[in-house]
Amino acid sequence: MADEGMTPWKDLALGCAMPEPGSSRRFNTGDWRSRRRPITDREKCIKCGLCWIICPDMAYTPDPKAEGYYNWDGYYCKGCGICVEECPKQAISWQEEKEEDKYGPACGA
Amino acid sequence: MGRRVGLEVSLACAEAVKLCNADVIAAYPITPQTHIVEHLSELVADGHLDAEFVPVESEHSAMSACVGSAAAGARTFTSTSSQGLALMHEILFIASSLRLPIVMAVANRSLSAPISIWNDHSDIMAERDIGWIQTFAENGQEVLDLTIHAFKVAEDSRVNLPVAVNLDGFILTHVIEPMEMPEQVEVDAYLPAYKPSQWLNPAKPISLGMVGMPEVYTEAKKANLEALEGSYPVIKEHWQGFAKAFGRSYQPIETYRSDDADTLFVTMGSLGETCMSAVDQMREDGRSVGQVRIRLWRPFPVDDFLAAIKGAKNLIVIDRALSPGVPAGPVATELRALLYAKGVKPFVANYVAGLGGRDVTRTDFAAMLEETERAAASGQAITCQMVGVKE
Amino acid sequence: MISAAEALKDFQKITPKNIPLVEPFSKGHRACQGCGEVLALRMVAKAVGMDMIAVSATGCMEIISSPYPQTAWEVPWIHVAFENAAAVASGIEAGRKALIRKGRIKDDGAKVVAFAGDGATADIGIQALSGALERGHDFTYVCLDNEAYMNTGIQRSSSTPYGAMTTTSPPGPKSKGQMTWKKNMPMIAAAHNIPYVATASPAWHIDLMNKVKKAVTVPGPAYVHIYSPCPTGWRCGPETSIETARKVVQSRVFPLYEVIDGRFVLSRDIKKPIPVKDYLDTQRRFRHLGEKDIAYIQKRVDDDWDRLLSLVQATNPVAAE
Repeated sequence: MADEGMTPWKDLALGCAMPEPGSSRRFNTGDWRSRRRPITDREKCIKCGLCWIICPDMAYTPDPKAEGYYNWDGYYCKGCGICVEECPKQAISWQEEKEEDKYGPACGA
Repeated sequence: MGRRVGLEVSLACAEAVKLCNADVIAAYPITPQTHIVEHLSELVADGHLDAEFVPVESEHSAMSACVGSAAAGARTFTSTSSQGLALMHEILFIASSLRLPIVMAVANRSLSAPISIWNDHSDIMAERDIGWIQTFAENGQEVLDLTIHAFKVAEDSRVNLPVAVNLDGFILTHVIEPMEMPEQVEVDAYLPAYKPSQWLNPAKPISLGMVGMPEVYTEAKKANLEALEGSYPVIKEHWQGFAKAFGRSYQPIETYRSDDADTLFVTMGSLGETCMSAVDQMREDGRSVGQVRIRLWRPFPVDDFLAAIKGAKNLIVIDRALSPGVPAGPVATELRALLYAKGVKPFVANYVAGLGGRDVTRTDFAAMLEETERAAASGQAITCQMVGVKE
Repeated sequence: MISAAEALKDFQKITPKNIPLVEPFSKGHRACQGCGEVLALRMVAKAVGMDMIAVSATGCMEIISSPYPQTAWEVPWIHVAFENAAAVASGIEAGRKALIRKGRIKDDGAKVVAFAGDGATADIGIQALSGALERGHDFTYVCLDNEAYMNTGIQRSSSTPYGAMTTTSPPGPKSKGQMTWKKNMPMIAAAHNIPYVATASPAWHIDLMNKVKKAVTVPGPAYVHIYSPCPTGWRCGPETSIETARKVVQSRVFPLYEVIDGRFVLSRDIKKPIPVKDYLDTQRRFRHLGEKDIAYIQKRVDDDWDRLLSLVQATNPVAAE
């Protein structure tokens, strides 16, 4: 019989609970992007923070090195384009992205 | 030592819950459970029981609220019957799969249609696979005692499973019986406050009730199966503890005059007491007959049952529910399967009696014995016979 | 129990300058690209904070947030079934109430918040919701409304707007799509005389978060109904979710208001509405509608708006001139 189980049954928590909150952080939803990624022109950016608050995937986080600006996290960004659409200064635009650049350091953030 | 009281069994059940210092009762009224939940609301209103009584708007919500309450770490109780139990159906599986120690008193009542408020076991027989520990009480004292024991077992960190205590509707619920009511201090010593193994606690967040992909579902079910099977020694341990604390001893399977009997009646619930009386009568008539009573229905105590029936040539299994199309009653079908698996081969006759509150009398028992002995002698099977059907 | 108005006397508003940074709902969830519902959920979670016990009904948000072993919930979370989020929340609230009163757990001020879609709220779960609201449990119920049973494949719900295409209300020669008007859940909640009801749209995120914060602040039951764009089900581009959530308000199709102790308060008075057609044109689920249908929708939207205004007038004491 094929070994399809992911965890030995004895290792499951009571009631198959997950005691590690936010364990989904491991999952690379950035893999869902197809051929493009959003890129912010900080010259145009007015630091309104809208991109941060309206991202369904929390792909923007405050830049600790530059207050008011936000860093883009390619590990999670699904490429929906809400930020591109909504930026009041059109400071975010699409940039071509090669498949291999979706992973690793070239991913940004 | 407790004090002797004469109390309606429903009220005794409620008193047991009060003695156990339940935290939350979420219930919806349904005949014949009503006196249990009415008395519990009275106890809360009078300040005798410090609990949240949640008058939910349906049984489905009752069990759902119980799941929430138990997950929040509270000692939780509910009660229902028949249609109400059926309405809870989908949540019952979830309660045991999420390993929540809810205690529920089921006032056994027949399932519609036709709508019947009277007693039989069809309601609980439709819930055999829910993964709960299930016991059957025969009299008021047992209802009281099994309820207290239920909390003890359910909340044990080695178990963490919900428990259903079955009591026959009207026949037990609405009858006044003499009982010994334990003292609060005795119950407190036997059953300390509930310490949940895991609960919804912002200081230690867990996610409960996640999506179980095929890669985990089988293992999750295995874990629950092992939990139910593994509860057996804990159930017995806490019955032994109960005997020490309260002086009354309970076994998963009880026997009555069975040692030298050729034929044994097998019963569950209050019918057992009528049967015992019938056995006495038949013994006086020189018949070789005895009785086995199943108190622990889930997890089924296989070894105890086999030990109890050892040496018997014939078993008369009395079902109080039909399992249409099977072709025998639920209890008989399960017993036949386990006997076959163990290579034990008494003659097993199955009778379905007492449906929808119809009385089963000592005359009925005598007739069953008669017919079974004749059939066994002539090699004729009694696969399943409904008792007293007007043709 | 104190009134909502009393409880909100010293309410500390969320402003663009102090949006909570906390993310009780984490990255890596499996929601579709551009999902307006998960965005709304994120905003709700930020407004409530980490002191939350979340209950989810079966639905998109539950599925995308909890594929074992990966949970997006950073707070205690439970999912039981489809129609009982409100009942489970009632049980948690009752359990905690008893435990705190009996001194077995500390009162950590945790808020019980139920999350459910429109199906779980307006249809299969309406009984449990009604019961929980009537019993007055101290909890907040958030309906994330994407206007159909999206998780099972875009089937209609009673919250599906008139004329919308869904897989069980497909337009054809014999049907125009959804043939009934959207069930008004916020009004049904308000009819239970609970202290706080609000409608919100993720296009006005500050308003949304403040309403959620008010809801969890007010003792007793609170109901927040959030319009949640679904690009997958509504057939619109994933980048349009905020724009759609804006137009639905600007066209008066989804008015933003609160009901505080029975008093109706308009959040945005849309004095110059855009035509409903401008809203309907943003999603292909309305593409099959003809002029007459759109005129009918416009009329009903206008009538509903007028009714809302009269409720505002009727429930607010006349201001001294």
